[in-house]
Amino acid sequence: MKTTKSKFKFSGGVHPPYNKELAREKPIECLPMPSELVISMSQHLGAPAKCIVKPLERVVKGQLIGEKNGLISVCVRASASGTVKAVEKRLGPSGMMVDAVILQPDPEAMDEETFPPLDWKSASREELLKRVEDAGICGMGGAGFPTSVKLNPPANKRCEYLILNGAECEPYLTADYRVMLERADRIRIGVEIMRKILGGCAVRIAVEANKPEAIAALEKAFADIDGNVEIVVLPVLYPQGSEKHQIYATVGRIVPEPPALPIDVGCVVENVGTVVAIADAVEKGKALLERVTTVSGDDVVEPKNILAPTGTKYSDLVDFCGGLKESAAKVISGGTMMGFAVPSLDIATTKTTSGILLLSKRSVFQYISGACINCGRCVRACPMRLNPADISKAVESDDVVCAEKSHVMTCIECGACAYVCPARRPIVQLCRRAKASIRARGR
Amino acid sequence: MKPKEIGEHFILSSSPHAHAPAGVSRIMLDVIIALLPTTIAGIWFFGMGAVWTIAVCVSTCIVTEALCRLLMKRESSLGDFSAVLTGLLLALNLPSGIPLWMAAVGSVFAIAVAKQVFGGLGMNPFNPALAARAFMLISFTGPMTTWLKPLQPGRFGGACEALTCATPLAAMKPMFAADAAASATPQAGEGGIPQLVDLIVGNMPGCIGEVSSIALLLGGIYLIWRKVITWHIPVSFIFTAWVYSLVSGGAPAHVQILTGGLMIGAIFMATDYVTSPTTAKGKLIFGFGCGLLCMLIRQFGGYPEGCSFAILIMNSVCPLINRWTQPKPFGA
Repeated sequence: MKTTKSKFKFSGGVHPPYNKELAREKPIECLPMPSELVISMSQHLGAPAKCIVKPLERVVKGQLIGEKNGLISVCVRASASGTVKAVEKRLGPSGMMVDAVILQPDPEAMDEETFPPLDWKSASREELLKRVEDAGICGMGGAGFPTSVKLNPPANKRCEYLILNGAECEPYLTADYRVMLERADRIRIGVEIMRKILGGCAVRIAVEANKPEAIAALEKAFADIDGNVEIVVLPVLYPQGSEKHQIYATVGRIVPEPPALPIDVGCVVENVGTVVAIADAVEKGKALLERVTTVSGDDVVEPKNILAPTGTKYSDLVDFCGGLKESAAKVISGGTMMGFAVPSLDIATTKTTSGILLLSKRSVFQYISGACINCGRCVRACPMRLNPADISKAVESDDVVCAEKSHVMTCIECGACAYVCPARRPIVQLCRRAKASIRARGR
Repeated sequence: MKPKEIGEHFILSSSPHAHAPAGVSRIMLDVIIALLPTTIAGIWFFGMGAVWTIAVCVSTCIVTEALCRLLMKRESSLGDFSAVLTGLLLALNLPSGIPLWMAAVGSVFAIAVAKQVFGGLGMNPFNPALAARAFMLISFTGPMTTWLKPLQPGRFGGACEALTCATPLAAMKPMFAADAAASATPQAGEGGIPQLVDLIVGNMPGCIGEVSSIALLLGGIYLIWRKVITWHIPVSFIFTAWVYSLVSGGAPAHVQILTGGLMIGAIFMATDYVTSPTTAKGKLIFGFGCGLLCMLIRQFGGYPEGCSFAILIMNSVCPLINRWTQPKPFGA
């Protein structure tokens, strides 16, 4: 095991204010069971799970309530024992209406684990993979790609590098940082399990240079691990946590344009939180029913990193942090660069909710967007080396064909272009609009 | 305080929710700040004539911009300071003795015809100040090529010497034709070419803002430090002109680049965002084209100075350069 510095620097990228000091020194705290959970059937990328419970039904913690629906899908389990109050459409963090199970937890219920523990050393690869699938694990960094699919590449593709994403380049968020600091030993077990599933690949743990304590904790936990394992220290640069840029920064490989996936260049990237979830599912028999979420921003009384059941309403998390200082002007699910602004605190967390930001009027930047002045800042900032100015102008004049020719589908929506735009143009929004119409046309 | 109830609304907007501090008006303000040294130098050398020209150009540009937006029934755009900048740039590209009404006509042309007709900031294909200068050069050829001798130090406030004279460029033009091998290369201080120190400080006839190379360089360094412009266009522009004059003979190369509008053109006019390419490669090509065309016009053209025409011609091929130099996407 050794620690190295990243040898590859991608072009572009920006340095938004990180504001991580608000929550970085706050140890992970457990949230007492809320009085109501809103468990979404659509917590992952791909087809939503199929709800299999009815109102007034009693469920126990870990019970299957949403069946995996198709190949790219993930099952959903009850995050607490209790009674199903309703099954209805609710507003999800991304602004879409999603099927959700409204659960009233039973405070008297015993805390039991979902599965019998497995000894990963003696268990077969298939058993381990089945456990990851049954535990309902998806990528916890943000996109929510089904982990069992990622860990089971097609027979003609081999994973050479397992890359652990501990960059956490989104401003404000410190959940992954706390996980690396406090659960480095669990990460190590997760790595060994994943290495077994993937058939003995090299491991690279990618951490941004602004997290020396996390690097030290990982170095300690991984000190005596055998095999090809390296901690790669990445320069502080947004979007260092983007899958493609992380692969380039750690092993120097470039993932081709969509629909190519990291496995096409022999890489599998997993968020550090996901790795802990895998370790817990196998060794402790715990399904993915809770996650660490950073609650931060200048309008929350005490920013915290909270371990909460999935389906916890934002208002419960905010109350646990002492409430709001003033009436927040903006609430963001995720970080400031790629998070979604949400209309109310009645929205519930999912497996991918890495943070909730409560921003006061002072830190919310409102503006009127103007015409592009062709300054080229977005072209320099784009980590995908696109021309955001041209794409956004094409979309504005409804020329989706031109946007597609300008590779809009390659855009990762990181927001670097709109961050630097002096005319404050909604470039990301325009790119999303182009992508949506291209996808609609393809159907 | 209690969290908001359902139904109360937070601000909704697309990501990102963070923005870099530099807005359009801050950038324009930075360019105006960068022009201050050369503005002060121009006033120092050309006195009240310069002050009046600058005042008339800036105020006419502001009024024209406001009127245009009013007529077009669009929101006011004075807040972005681009009209102030256009006025200042135009004034700095005029001789100090220009009749003020001509300066006003030029300013109206810059804003109304070269900018707002196309839809305002960001839409104009040509640099408005340079388009206006070209328009004035053709319409008012006499006054636009009548140069006043700079004031002697300490005589500020008095009238500029009414003595008109040729710019160093006009004196240098025939030198291209002379057989470089036969006649000795003219040195600074002879044949209408100012001393090196005057070339650098700006003590020579010329447009208000183009004479002081040191003040222009100072402004350029400020712009690069503030990340308003990158080095690509000024360096490739000046370097190309320098190499051309080394190869072509005639006046010494350093005199070529220190005289006329080359410095202000390379640092302030060719780097105008709207009318220059976006990528680094594109900027290098653009600067090279400007430098080459400028020197070709100086040597073979009808005018002694070719800087503004060179930049305007390159403005017109800017969309093409942009198309040739599209970056290759990561992974493509």
